[in-house]
Amino acid sequence: MSASSRAGRWLPLAVFALLALLLGAGVWLSRRADRDVLPSPLIGKAAPAFSLPVLHEPGRVLTLGQLRGEPFVLNVWASWCVSCRVEHPVLTRFAETRRVRVVGYDWKDEPSDALAWLQRYGNPFWAVVSDYEGRYAIDWGIYGAPETYLVDAAGIIRWKHVGPLDDAIIARELLPALERAEAEARR
Amino acid sequence: MTAARPEARRALRGTLAAVLALAFAIGAPLLAFAPPAAAQVSDPAPLRFRDGAEEARFRALVSRLRCVMCQNQSLADSNAQIAYDLRREVLDLMREGRSDAEIERFLVARYGEFVLYRPRVESKTWLLWFGPALLLLAGGVVVARIVRRHAGGGGAQVEADDGQEW
Repeated sequence: MSASSRAGRWLPLAVFALLALLLGAGVWLSRRADRDVLPSPLIGKAAPAFSLPVLHEPGRVLTLGQLRGEPFVLNVWASWCVSCRVEHPVLTRFAETRRVRVVGYDWKDEPSDALAWLQRYGNPFWAVVSDYEGRYAIDWGIYGAPETYLVDAAGIIRWKHVGPLDDAIIARELLPALERAEAEARR
Repeated sequence: MTAARPEARRALRGTLAAVLALAFAIGAPLLAFAPPAAAQVSDPAPLRFRDGAEEARFRALVSRLRCVMCQNQSLADSNAQIAYDLRREVLDLMREGRSDAEIERFLVARYGEFVLYRPRVESKTWLLWFGPALLLLAGGVVVARIVRRHAGGGGAQVEADDGQEW
């Protein structure tokens, strides 16, 4: 047998090994449960202005400008959102620590359904704004409830999480981001 | 009804009772489990276009954008609620006089590069765009070399008929 064909025997195996390596790399890169989450391009940018009616006080409007001065957490939820019910106890525990204001953003939801949902499960929010048509949701890059934003005292978006919150995410990501934002505001 | 025998009547009653009991057992929990009335607010009205040109431009544009929820579908194809909202937004932006590039930039600023269904051709995506062609070329080279080797050496290696049937 010639030398080149002896080497050539290994070629199919080499090609297979290369393809297996590519497959392995693909599987490894996709290992995280949140691989489908879109990273927000708004991190570090000014939060989009909004002016929305307050759920519990018809006739009163809450704007982004009114929230300046202190950081706040914006939680996008709705009564039709099943995962929001899953994260609700976690969010309630966090809101009860009074570490930061938690503003509810009721997205594409009938106000009566939202009120009934809060009545039934409890209202952890400092205030709830109702975006019935989803007018400002596109500006915020909202594409699925629940989503949670951290906005600092100057109105800059510091952190976003897509999907239900849990204690680990709050401890590992939200609280450090909040501390960083507060430290920078003090400087 | 003809006079049925007592055993037959009893059997019939028993069967009827069993069927009713079963129906109640299955039906009652289902009735109790009525789904909540809450539903996501949606505007079911289909989009109305002013003319054929607007419609053609709209369809071309939304087929180049990705549905951010059902991410392997284009914005044109998806039935997700956010897709309805984004299509309406795209039409509003078109009517405001924005160009296709401006609309794409508008969405990229809010949702990121991933909202473009067709990735931009830039250094990050060269492998994605040209990789298949490169693989095809490499495969073609391998095939050509194998064919040439067999064609060159094959004739000398094949023995003349040595009398065997196979």
